[in-house]
Amino acid sequence: MTDLQVFRDETRHWLEEHCPPSMRTPIKTDKDQCWGGRNANYVSDEQKQWMDNMASRGWTAPTWPIEYGGGGLSKAEAKILSEEMNKLKARLPLSSFGIWMIGPALLKFGSEELKLQHLPPIVRGEIRWCQGYSEPNAGSDLAGLQAKAVDMGEHFIANGQKVWTSYGDKADWMFCLLRTDPDAKKQSGISLVLFDMQTPGVTPKPIKLISGSSPFCETFLDDVRVEKNQVVGEINQGWTIAKYLLTHEREMIGGFGLTGAGSQTLGQFAVEALGTEHGRLTDSVLRADVIRWEIDAAAFAVTAERVNDEAKSGQGIGATSAMLKYYGTELNKRRYELMMKLHGNDAMEWEGEASKDGWLPRTWLRTKGNSIEGGTSEVQLNIIAKNILGLG
Amino acid sequence: MALVHNQEHQMLKESAQGFLREFGSITELRKYRDSEEDFSPLLWPQMVEMGWAAILIPESYGGLGFGQVGMGQIVEQSGRMLTASPLFSTAILGASIINLAGSEEQKAQLLPAVASGQLTTALAVDESAHHAPNNIGLAAEKTAVGFRLTGSKRSVVDGHRADLLIVAARSSGSLGDSKGVSLFLVESKAAGVSIEKMSTVDGRSVANISFDGVEVATEALLGDEELGFRVLSKTLDIGNAHLAAELLGICSEAFERTLQYLKERQQFGVSIGSFQALQHRAAHWWSEIELAKSLVLKCFQALDADDIKAPILVSISKAKLCEVADLSTNEAIQMHGGVGMTDEYDIGFFIKRARPVQALFGGYSYHSDRFAGMTGY
Repeated sequence: MTDLQVFRDETRHWLEEHCPPSMRTPIKTDKDQCWGGRNANYVSDEQKQWMDNMASRGWTAPTWPIEYGGGGLSKAEAKILSEEMNKLKARLPLSSFGIWMIGPALLKFGSEELKLQHLPPIVRGEIRWCQGYSEPNAGSDLAGLQAKAVDMGEHFIANGQKVWTSYGDKADWMFCLLRTDPDAKKQSGISLVLFDMQTPGVTPKPIKLISGSSPFCETFLDDVRVEKNQVVGEINQGWTIAKYLLTHEREMIGGFGLTGAGSQTLGQFAVEALGTEHGRLTDSVLRADVIRWEIDAAAFAVTAERVNDEAKSGQGIGATSAMLKYYGTELNKRRYELMMKLHGNDAMEWEGEASKDGWLPRTWLRTKGNSIEGGTSEVQLNIIAKNILGLG
Repeated sequence: MALVHNQEHQMLKESAQGFLREFGSITELRKYRDSEEDFSPLLWPQMVEMGWAAILIPESYGGLGFGQVGMGQIVEQSGRMLTASPLFSTAILGASIINLAGSEEQKAQLLPAVASGQLTTALAVDESAHHAPNNIGLAAEKTAVGFRLTGSKRSVVDGHRADLLIVAARSSGSLGDSKGVSLFLVESKAAGVSIEKMSTVDGRSVANISFDGVEVATEALLGDEELGFRVLSKTLDIGNAHLAAELLGICSEAFERTLQYLKERQQFGVSIGSFQALQHRAAHWWSEIELAKSLVLKCFQALDADDIKAPILVSISKAKLCEVADLSTNEAIQMHGGVGMTDEYDIGFFIKRARPVQALFGGYSYHSDRFAGMTGY
C-alpha cells in the first residue's frame, strides 16, 4: 500500500470517528455555516465540536505549516482529505477570511512574528477576520483609496471610511489598506495593516442589501491606533500584497461558477420544477436556455481543471484568474436567473416556510454582486485586454 | 489524466504547423478553389509519407496507434490553415469505422491500404439537409448473393474522389429506428452508383450520391447486419470531436489575426485596439476560445480512454465549438471593418469554412438536444 493510500485509510477512519452526525447533513441556512471568532454563535454543540476536532489536527487549514498550527499536508494529501470529506458529506468545519485571504498573504509576505501571532488563532477558529479595502470613492479604482494612517513615531493614527467590509460587525480583526504616504504616487504610498476591531474609534455599521441580508458593513475609522509591528511587509509597499490578495479573491469568487447551488445540476433542478414529457422538459424555450447554460458550465469546469493542471506542469499563462472570475460569476448569475424562471410565480415568495423564507429570490439577488465584488466584470475584461492580449 | 499536452503531442503540432504553412496554406486554397480539384495532387502523398494516414490505425495493421489527441493536433492546425485534404474522410472516418466494425479479413486488407495511402474512403450517412443518423432510409434488400442498395446520400465529404464508399443503409425497420441499420463497403465505380459533385461555400466540394439498385456481395457488409448503428454512432463521435478541433483551429486563427489587426489599424490617430468597446469584446472572445480549447482536449482524452462519458462530452464540445465559431467568425469580419468584406483579405475565408464544418454531422441545435437527451431532460 502506498503512503497516500495509508493516509487515505487513516483519514477516512478518523473522519468517521470525529465528524458528528449532524455535520454530515447539507447546509440549509447561512447560520449553518461556521465562522468561529470571539462572538461566534454556534447553532449546536456539534458544530463547535466539529470545528475543534478538525482544528486539533490543523485540518481547518490543511496545507499550512505545522509550526503555525496548520495541518502540514502536501497538496496530494489535502486533495485526499477533501475527497474523503466529500464522501462523508462532511460540512466545511470553518469558513474564514483568515484561512482564505489574510493567512496566505501572511505566509507569503508576513514577518515571523506576525505569522506566529495570527496564524494559529485563525486555524483554531478563535479570531475572525474582515477585509478593509474599498472606500466610498475607491471601488474599481481601488488604488485611489484615501483612508490614511499618520506616522506618530511609535504607532500610526488611522482615519477614514471603508465600505463593503464583509461581516465587519462580527469580525475580530481587520486587514486594511491605508495610505501611509500622502505624497507618493497612487500605488506606492499604501500599506497593509492589521488591527483589532475592538480598538477605540473602529465603528462597523451593517449595510442592508437588496436581498434583505446584511453581509457587508461600512466601517468608520476615527483616530484609530495601529501598532507599527502590525504592518504586513514593508511600509508603503502594501499594493503588491493587495494585488496578490485580489488575485486570490478572484480565484475564490470565480469558483462559485463551479459549485453554484450545491450538488444538483441545473438540468435536474429544471426537471423537478417543470417535469418532462417524452423525456424532454415541458417548456421548450426554457429547455434551450438550460441546455446552453449547462454546456457553458461544463466548458467552464473543464477549463478550471485545465488551468489548474497547466499551472502544475508549468505550462499556461498564469494570468487566467481574471477570465475565471469574469466567466464564473457571469455564469452564476445566469444560473440563478434561470432558477427563478424555472420556479415561476413560486420564486417570488419572500417569507414563509414553503420557500425557506425566500431562499431562492434572496440568493438570486445576492448573485448580482458576484460580478461587482472582487473587481467588476468590466475590470476583469480590462485586465485580460491589457495583460493577456496586449491591447492598450 | 492531466488536461495538458505531452511532449510528443507538442512535437506533432509543431511539425504539422511547419508542413501545413508551406503546403496547405490559404495560398493553396486560393489556387485550387476555382479548379476541378480542391487541393494539390501532391498533398496527400506527402501527408501519408509523414504517417498522418496511419495515426489512428493499430500497429498490428500497419498503423501507428497514436490516438485521438495526437490526430487532433494535426486537425486543429489544418483548421488554422484551412487545409483541404482526405485526412478527415479517410484517415479519421474511414480508418475508425473499418477498425471498429471490420472483420479480421476486412481489417487486414483495408487498414494497411489506408495507412499507406493506397486507399481513400468516404462515409455516406445523411440523406437530408439536416444531420439525422437515425433516419437512414437507403434500402438494403437481401439478394441471393448479397444485397441490393437503393436510395441516395447527400453532402458526402470526398464522395466524388474516394475509392471506397462506406454506406449506412437500412436492412430492416423503419425511418427513425436505430436497429436495422447496416453498413456496406461499396466501390465508387460500382454499377448503379452515380455521383454528383456540388461545390460549396468554402471553395471545396461534397458529393450527392444516388444508388440505383447497386448489387453488392455479402462480403461487402461491414460489421453485424442490422446492428451498424452503434459503430456508426461511435464513428460519428470521433468525427465530431475532430470537427470541433478543426473549428478550434479556425476560431484561434481568426482571433489571432484579428487581434493583430486591432493593434495595427490606426483611426483617430490611435490603434483601434486602444478602444475599450473593442477591448472588452476581444477579451470576451478570448475567454470563449479558452473554454473551447479545454473541451476539445477533454473530449479526445475521453475517446482515447474509451470513457463512457465520451458521447456526452463530444456533443457538449461540438455544440460549444459551433457557438464559439459563430462568435469568432462574425467578430473577425466586424472588427476588420470594410476590408473584412473583401476577397483580397484572408479573414473572410474563416467564416466560409466554419459553417460547413459546423453543419456537418450536426450543429449547435442537434448536439445541444442530444446532450440534454443523454442527461435526462
